[in-house]
Amino acid sequence: MARDGGVTWRRTEKIDRFNLSAADTAEELHVLAVDDSLVDRKVIERLLRISSCKVTAVDSGIRALQFLGLDEEKNSNGFNDLKVDLIITDYCMPGMTGYELLKKVKESSVFREIPVVIMSSENVLARIDRCLEEGAEDFIVKPVKLSDVKRIKDYTTREFRVGEEERTRKGINKRKQRDSFDLSSSSPPSILSSSPVSSSSSSPESQSPSPSPPSIPSASSAPSSPSPIDSHSPTRRVKTTSSE
Amino acid sequence: MEVVQIQRRLVDYTKSLFMEGFLDGQFLQLQQLQDESNPDFVVEVVSLFFDDSEKLLNELTIALDQPNVDFKKVDGHVHQLKGSSSSIGAQRVKNVCIAFRNFCEVQNIEGCLTCLQQVKQEYYLVKNKLETLFRLEQQIVASGGSIPMIEMGF
Repeated sequence: MARDGGVTWRRTEKIDRFNLSAADTAEELHVLAVDDSLVDRKVIERLLRISSCKVTAVDSGIRALQFLGLDEEKNSNGFNDLKVDLIITDYCMPGMTGYELLKKVKESSVFREIPVVIMSSENVLARIDRCLEEGAEDFIVKPVKLSDVKRIKDYTTREFRVGEEERTRKGINKRKQRDSFDLSSSSPPSILSSSPVSSSSSSPESQSPSPSPPSIPSASSAPSSPSPIDSHSPTRRVKTTSSE
Repeated sequence: MEVVQIQRRLVDYTKSLFMEGFLDGQFLQLQQLQDESNPDFVVEVVSLFFDDSEKLLNELTIALDQPNVDFKKVDGHVHQLKGSSSSIGAQRVKNVCIAFRNFCEVQNIEGCLTCLQQVKQEYYLVKNKLETLFRLEQQIVASGGSIPMIEMGF
């Protein structure tokens, strides 16, 4: 019910505000940026630093895995020691593509919680779909702007706080059609069975100054069912314009 | 020449580059990322773009000169050039790259060769323009002035 969705949101924001002062000063987000282009690496690094993030920039998926400790040669010791909070990767890279990197991260029990954002110069719906299905947090069409980084940072910070709730909800999105007709099902937690949040509500988390015009239809939901709790519907945030 | 005059020249020159389509909004974005802690950011990124592009243009020339052209390889280089030109706002270069990739896809050698010529032209033009822009900025800074922020209507 819309009310439940609203309550969920308010609760999220309360948690956010409650923890914000403590965590805000504690640590910056550590972002692992992956791009084979030197020019793009320099730009993304600056975009992230200016947004108060710690950045580690690498030029390939392999190096990204090495940095995380996920490559075949070393066994991951089971901890996210380097505390990577977000991975942002280019899609088209020689060797391992961003998509393959995404899969490897999501297959890892240690690292699958880390949100992964894909960047691409090509606005191909099938590609976006594939990435979102594989668990990508968002898909940014290049060239990347400050507003994109601010947006990702916002919901990554919130991910910290809400954690478990978010992950379950994301998992539910793909099965939402079933859930929305089966409210008596005991498997989803009660807050999440409140499926049809009014799709007319504007995205509450949207703090970015430039609203992204969703000129492509929502790629991950069937047309007839109401959109899921929209704050994390990545397709609404897919940019299609590249210049202002 | 007075600082104010050079500043005005810079503003007018920059605006003309946008009007003529050499640069797009992404260039402004880069300028916004420059500050006292990173005063040379734009020059640094653009320099990387110059180095990268010249390498790519060389590779493209060689690749298209082969008896059996490897269009996938050519497309790969153009894709890279398209990406970096887009990232710094070199709009005209990017646009030629788009056409270039279309010719690669249909393996049209003549189209590719024409595009190569065009992209080189556009590249050298924008390189020239940006170097002029940076020189003006240097003059301002050397005279103790500050670089004016460009406000664009669009």
